[in-house]
Amino acid sequence: MFEALGISPNQLYGQLVLGLINGSFYALLSLGLAVIFGLLNVINFAHGALYMLGAFGAYFALTLFGINYWGALILVPLGMACIGACIERTMLRRLYQLDHLYGLLLTFGLALILEGVFRHYYGASGIPYSAPKELQGPLNLGFMVLPLYRAWVILVSLALCFVTWFLIERTRLGAVLRASTENPTLVQAFGINVPLLLTLTYAGGVALAGIAGVLAAPIYQVNPAMGSNLIIVIFAVVVVGGMGSIMGAIITGYALGILEGLTKVFYPPASAIVIFAVMAIVLMVRPAGLFGRGE
Amino acid sequence: MLDEIQPLLKIENLHSWYGESHVLQGVNLEIFQGETVTLLGRNGAGKTTTLRSIMGVIRKRTGKIEFQNTDLLKLPPHRVAHEGIGYVPEERGIFSSLSVDENLMLPPELAKNATTIDEIYQFFPNLLERRNSPGTKLSGGEQQMLAIARILRTGARFILLDEPTEGLAPVIVDRIGEIILKLKSDGYTILLVEQNFRFATKLADRHYVMEDGRVVDHMRSDELSEKSAALHKFLGV
Repeated sequence: MFEALGISPNQLYGQLVLGLINGSFYALLSLGLAVIFGLLNVINFAHGALYMLGAFGAYFALTLFGINYWGALILVPLGMACIGACIERTMLRRLYQLDHLYGLLLTFGLALILEGVFRHYYGASGIPYSAPKELQGPLNLGFMVLPLYRAWVILVSLALCFVTWFLIERTRLGAVLRASTENPTLVQAFGINVPLLLTLTYAGGVALAGIAGVLAAPIYQVNPAMGSNLIIVIFAVVVVGGMGSIMGAIITGYALGILEGLTKVFYPPASAIVIFAVMAIVLMVRPAGLFGRGE
Repeated sequence: MLDEIQPLLKIENLHSWYGESHVLQGVNLEIFQGETVTLLGRNGAGKTTTLRSIMGVIRKRTGKIEFQNTDLLKLPPHRVAHEGIGYVPEERGIFSSLSVDENLMLPPELAKNATTIDEIYQFFPNLLERRNSPGTKLSGGEQQMLAIARILRTGARFILLDEPTEGLAPVIVDRIGEIILKLKSDGYTILLVEQNFRFATKLADRHYVMEDGRVVDHMRSDELSEKSAALHKFLGV
């Protein structure tokens, strides 16, 4: 039926998968952003730069230490979590008493510094990083052929989103996190070390950005600008989903990725702005976001 | 020579500040093991602030708060509860994003003799039916019971109760009263903040009267009738 519109099924499926891949990164990154905002009230503008750092982490692991993709997939998020914990302990912690804006300014500054340093040493062009040989080659789904690595990225991203959601919505640790989001003072009076929880949450959100960076390296290449290209879209996703909503970030991430892909099929010129058009409409109709609880 | 009995909680010359505002201006009080003690006083006299200062929710404090020979002023806020103190705040503090069960299980266990969840639900059967609904879907009375149950589960033996009857229907107030009497007979030590003077006098052994951030009077329950004139002056009842 799409032939009538001059669109081949292959083109449609291709863009759908591309949308799903982009959506996987939108979901992973906006999830981390939502978790951090929910508990720390910090709008983490450094999230894109930390994602870039994760991709460079995979590149450094390979070139400096000979650690392959699989090793990087484990070690980079751990290293990124440590970096996140340091940022929270030494800098962000001092800003909790102040307006949200200060956290945004600090993390924006961090993002500029990180990206500036990497651009200075590595320039603006991407560094190739190849997918592990186990994941090279095509995957034939019957109706279309998909590069195996892309299928892997979609699966890992779905799994990570599910695990994060489960951790927050269904475990005791998650209950403590949710309670701390509502009333940290009381949770602390019950004998729970909330400052430690804040550090771990920021570390966890940064680790998610780090994993996303490793996953992205073979697809988008390793590029100092890869984070800043993405961060604005990620913020749009978080706003549409509802600031701080876990499920909202996940569903909106995938949905907007797919929507963007479909727009490329049906009206390519609009594909760069469709996410922001959705954001504008959502802000007018439901300012708290699709899944937000509002104030 | 007999050893003098040490108070469980001893507050000496406690001053507390909310930002620049000097709220507590030299509070002195003592609570002994197994006692139920109330803080009476008008709105703004410093009763809730006293509880918050004990829990470390308010950080700007001077003076002395000694609990079982530990100086609470030196502890970070998340260590105070671990001394065995349970806090039921004025606004009840039921979390809307947590189910009744999750609310109940939120505070860490502080002692090995903690009440089990089955005992809790036996004692508060109406919570059992609602255990999977969000905490704030409960009625005010049920929320108050959940707030008390949540503290009992931790095994804390010293409980700070901030206005447990506020805004509740008389029949629920009676039920809360029964719960407090039961706790008292089980040997809990209770520091109760109450506006409801009649309610408080039925439960407590001793009363401290606060005004303008200080303790201005102190009486045992059996002295209440002879001191009623002074009480009327302070409480305006």
